[in-house]
Amino acid sequence: MLVTLMRRYSKPYLPYIAAVVVFQLASTIAALYLPSLNAQIIDEGVSRGDTDYIWRTGGVMLIVALIQVATAIAGVYFGSKAAMAFGRDLRRGVFRKVSSFSARDVNVFGAPTLITRGTNDVQQVQMLMLMALNFMVATPIMCIGGIFMALREDLDLSWLVWVSVPLLVVVVGYLVVRLMPLFRSMQQKIDRLNGVLREQIIGIRVVRAFVREPHEAERFGAANKELTDVSLKIGSLFVLMFPAIGMILHISTAAVLWFGGQRVDAGEMQVGSLTAFLQYLLQILMAVMMGTFMAMMIPRASVCADRIGEVLDVEPSIHAPLTPVTPAAKAGRVEFRNVTFAYPGAEAPVLSNISFTAEPGQTVAIIGSTGAGKSSLLALLPRLYDADSGEVLLDGVPVTQLDRAEITQRVAMVPQRPYLFSGTIEHNLRFGKPEATDRDLWEALTVAQAADFVRDKKGGLDSRIAQGGTNVSGGQRQRLCIARALVTEPKVFLFDDSFSALDVATDARLRRALKAKTADATVIIVGQRVSTIADADQILVLEDGRIVDRGTHEELLESSTTYQEIVESQLSAEAVA
Amino acid sequence: MSTNEKISSPPVKATDTAAAGTATAEVTDEDFLEEEYTPGEADGGMFGAVPAKKAQHFWPSARRLMGLLKPERAGIIAVLAMVTVAVVLNVIAPRILGQAMDVIFAGVVGKQLPSGATKDQFIEGLRSQGQDNFADMLARMDVVPGAGIDFQKLAFLISVVLVMYFVANIFLWLQGYVLNVLVMRVVRTLRDDTEKKLNRLPLNYFDTRQRGDILSRVTNDVDNIQQALQQAFAQLVNSALTVIGIVIMMFIVSWQLALIALVALPLSGVAAGMIGARSQKLFAAQWKNTGELNGQIEESFSGHDLVRVFGRDADMLARFDERNEELYRASFGAQFVSGMIMPVMQFVSYLSYVGIAVVGGLRVASGAMSLGDATAFIQYSREFTQPLGQMAGMANMLQSGVASAERVFEFLDADEQDAETATEHLPAKTDGHVEFQHVTFSYSPDKPLIEDLSFTAEPGHTVAIVGPTGAGKTTLVNLVMRFYELNAGSITLDGVDITRLSRSELRAKVGMVLQDAWLFGGTIYENIRYGKLDATEEQIMAAARATFVDRFVRALPDGYNTVIDEEGNNVSAGEKQLITIARAFVANPSLLILDEATSSVDTRTEALVQKAMAALRTERTSFVIAHRLSTIRDADTILVMEAGRIVEQGRHAQLLALQGAYYRLYMSQFAGEDADAALADSAEDATAVHS
Repeated sequence: MLVTLMRRYSKPYLPYIAAVVVFQLASTIAALYLPSLNAQIIDEGVSRGDTDYIWRTGGVMLIVALIQVATAIAGVYFGSKAAMAFGRDLRRGVFRKVSSFSARDVNVFGAPTLITRGTNDVQQVQMLMLMALNFMVATPIMCIGGIFMALREDLDLSWLVWVSVPLLVVVVGYLVVRLMPLFRSMQQKIDRLNGVLREQIIGIRVVRAFVREPHEAERFGAANKELTDVSLKIGSLFVLMFPAIGMILHISTAAVLWFGGQRVDAGEMQVGSLTAFLQYLLQILMAVMMGTFMAMMIPRASVCADRIGEVLDVEPSIHAPLTPVTPAAKAGRVEFRNVTFAYPGAEAPVLSNISFTAEPGQTVAIIGSTGAGKSSLLALLPRLYDADSGEVLLDGVPVTQLDRAEITQRVAMVPQRPYLFSGTIEHNLRFGKPEATDRDLWEALTVAQAADFVRDKKGGLDSRIAQGGTNVSGGQRQRLCIARALVTEPKVFLFDDSFSALDVATDARLRRALKAKTADATVIIVGQRVSTIADADQILVLEDGRIVDRGTHEELLESSTTYQEIVESQLSAEAVA
Repeated sequence: MSTNEKISSPPVKATDTAAAGTATAEVTDEDFLEEEYTPGEADGGMFGAVPAKKAQHFWPSARRLMGLLKPERAGIIAVLAMVTVAVVLNVIAPRILGQAMDVIFAGVVGKQLPSGATKDQFIEGLRSQGQDNFADMLARMDVVPGAGIDFQKLAFLISVVLVMYFVANIFLWLQGYVLNVLVMRVVRTLRDDTEKKLNRLPLNYFDTRQRGDILSRVTNDVDNIQQALQQAFAQLVNSALTVIGIVIMMFIVSWQLALIALVALPLSGVAAGMIGARSQKLFAAQWKNTGELNGQIEESFSGHDLVRVFGRDADMLARFDERNEELYRASFGAQFVSGMIMPVMQFVSYLSYVGIAVVGGLRVASGAMSLGDATAFIQYSREFTQPLGQMAGMANMLQSGVASAERVFEFLDADEQDAETATEHLPAKTDGHVEFQHVTFSYSPDKPLIEDLSFTAEPGHTVAIVGPTGAGKTTLVNLVMRFYELNAGSITLDGVDITRLSRSELRAKVGMVLQDAWLFGGTIYENIRYGKLDATEEQIMAAARATFVDRFVRALPDGYNTVIDEEGNNVSAGEKQLITIARAFVANPSLLILDEATSSVDTRTEALVQKAMAALRTERTSFVIAHRLSTIRDADTILVMEAGRIVEQGRHAQLLALQGAYYRLYMSQFAGEDADAALADSAEDATAVHS
């Protein structure tokens, strides 16, 4: 996965990477050339007492050093650029993918892990990319170049290279293999820590109300300890690395001196060659060590890459139609034909054999007990989920054959959980229709009975909204959500129990105002209060996912026992009479 | 006996203006937030408000970061001692290697000389021939003419070096191990501290920040601090000591060459300083952008359904791209600028390398220096490069770490809620007598919310709070919970001022069911048990049955072991509310607060739950906020709130008879023909009570 990701997402930056290769090649060759020049100073200059030669060669060394620094900086420039752009694109890829997820797909992962994967995991892979670009080119060149130069100096000592380098590789390889599963575990622990904390922030009022701070601290503490334990294990393997490598390095040096000394004594090798060989060997081992540095990042990065890959590989369970059908009309006619739907993994369907039609200008209300499937029914129209069997039609075309834009242009939803985004009231109202004028916004607010309190706020439309809308009261939040839907001027309104937090007076006023606004639109409304739905053209009584009765308020009062029960449970006897 | 007598103020008829102002005069919880909000301390939000610009305090934050290590002082000292030993050995070793080199060189030269004469004779001979240079060089060497390399001596020297390196590496390993353990301990404490801090922050803190940004501070930033401490700290010490050691050794070998090498030090210092100052800013920007992006991702994923329904994917992606681009720019800058340090330092050290090679070469040629010393010196100057480069790299890592630390400290330093001043305790069995005395409260000084509010709730009574949304109903119960502090007046529980109780003791007496049904990601069973962690299975089942949780749980394939997930499509919103009620049920509190507890529950189930709750309420005082008047009718006291004031209080029938605010509220429920009938009936009720 790691390789696939790196290859796929670095493609646009191949020119940069090519530049990195060229510049690093230049800088590495320059770096390799320096010890060789130094050897010449000793062999040609010092031993012959040729001062001129020493000065001349020194000058060459200086120029080579200049070239080295210039090319190295250029390499870093392109390397950073490519790696960071790679990370940016990868993050974008993850975000884009998750955006295309259906609610079902999001659930498979859960929000906390998707967040970690989109940020922390990408960061890890990006860091590896950076290291790779900064070192991966220089390292092999240094290594191969070092070996080549060392062999040129003295072929018979080369066996030292063939022993020490593989030894290093074995040591590093062993550590990497041990680290791999630990890193996988570590990323999971980070997910967990994130998840616990996120939950705690979301539920902070409940935590405080129940004095569960110690309990939460314990939960967090446990997650923290798990993360710490894994990190400790990783750390204790890591600290082995440098001493081990250092030891191999130093033993090699000693060996060069010992065996090299014998060859020098036998007259088979020059002293200058010996010093050069020593330096080249150090260079090779240094290169291997740098490679090791990177190798140590590979386990974590590859675990992260796998996790990112899991997200990228998801085939969204709801896909756009290959050949979208454009409906002839844009009226907002809604029809459910024998719709059956079950949540993934659930044993029983939450909706069975639902059929009804809602004509433009009509209001269809859905009522039923908690868990009867009311919200699920609404979710099928904007394709948050797809029906398992049967068809949901919008203006005569099954929603599965409609382009998503066709649906969003027609349908606006006020969800049961009134969620607002952080930002200002204005931002939230324009959410569904960015080009709406201020007048549109105020009109929507007026209908939603929210104009007064918005006007009353110091900032008016610019008043700040906290994430989720937690800084406005429940009723205000619902009204803002209603206004947000109104701004889009849809053909179909879906109200999912959207008046529950309103006091009855506001509720009544709002519904009156809505009526005028939605005169031509199709309204599907899920409600608990009979007063909210009593004047609907059609009321569907839902029980355990089935429509048990349908009709107008009056008809149902006559015919439906379930409906009668519902009415009795809330309208006091005198009001019904 | 009428409850009226127990209420401190008699039923009040609202003035017409107040009644008409139901919608216009709403004073709400959130107004204060706009005042509290300053661009500097809050994040940008989903739609990118004013970007936060804050001064960077590198040194204070760096000092504080180091201060975190204080509890581990002993360990740190041990680490430093071990590093010192390792460094000293690592620095001396090349010098001995140099001596080994000399032995080899002497052997080579000695072999070229015919045996039989002494070294001194040769030197004299050379001088007489005018080869002064060679003579000088020879004079400094330990040469035995005719003899080859002294392998015995070479073996000895090499063994010494190996032993030194071995010891040094063992110490390095030990040091790394110890440091790892104590840094982990420090980081773990830091994480725990951030979590504890969370619990001490006033609620409004969370209203001005994105969750994702807070999360990023605890995970990404703390992670980064960990890396900085773990790698940079020891390395920095190691490198600094190495540099010092090498400089000392260089002076011992040749002070002239050492001076050349030393030119590199201030040069690299200046270079690193210049680059570092720039990269610090960029790192700070990088981590800030990371936090903000995290916030944006978190929020987009949280509101995923809405984005889908409104078809805003492209728009969200565009916003994401903007932030992502900013992050890219900051992190590219940080990486490039900090990446430059290494080559620049390397260049500086190459300069000294070249200088040493030239001058050293000249000196060896003139016999002022042995070749071994020269190679050792060159070796030193090359080793010089490495720690300098490392120091630069580590300085960067530290900078990045400090930038993160600053964000974490900023969080830890945020203003907390008032400290506990608990002086009194409640008896084990609390009656639940709640009294508001002249309570005045507002979220911001210039926007009064609740003024001079007084009422009494008797033990076992149900107090219903009604009024338009935003009238301050939730605020009222929040005050009982002491989520906020009063500006004036007092609230007493069983005669004890609640500010004299610890928050936890107070809250432990109260069971609260909130508007937003929050459940954590665990099983249904665990979620109910959350109300009382040591509840027996029996108690939990009893609570589940009483609140009709049992009924729907039985239909679930996994029953009570069904895991609630965030999107929660296996459990509907109404069912979630029922679980939160069961949770409060299990807690068995003396005081019950139900804030729109059943708003998403269908009315038939609600009617059943009401019955169960009625039983629960008989023994305890309860505050009920509800819009469904059917819930309210049976309350012992109804408080009618408007714009932060209680405009009417009394029983259902009495209030209807007043034909004031409550009457209008009640009537609006039955718009149309039903209203008259209801009115007639209620009027009868009222007369009945009054007679």
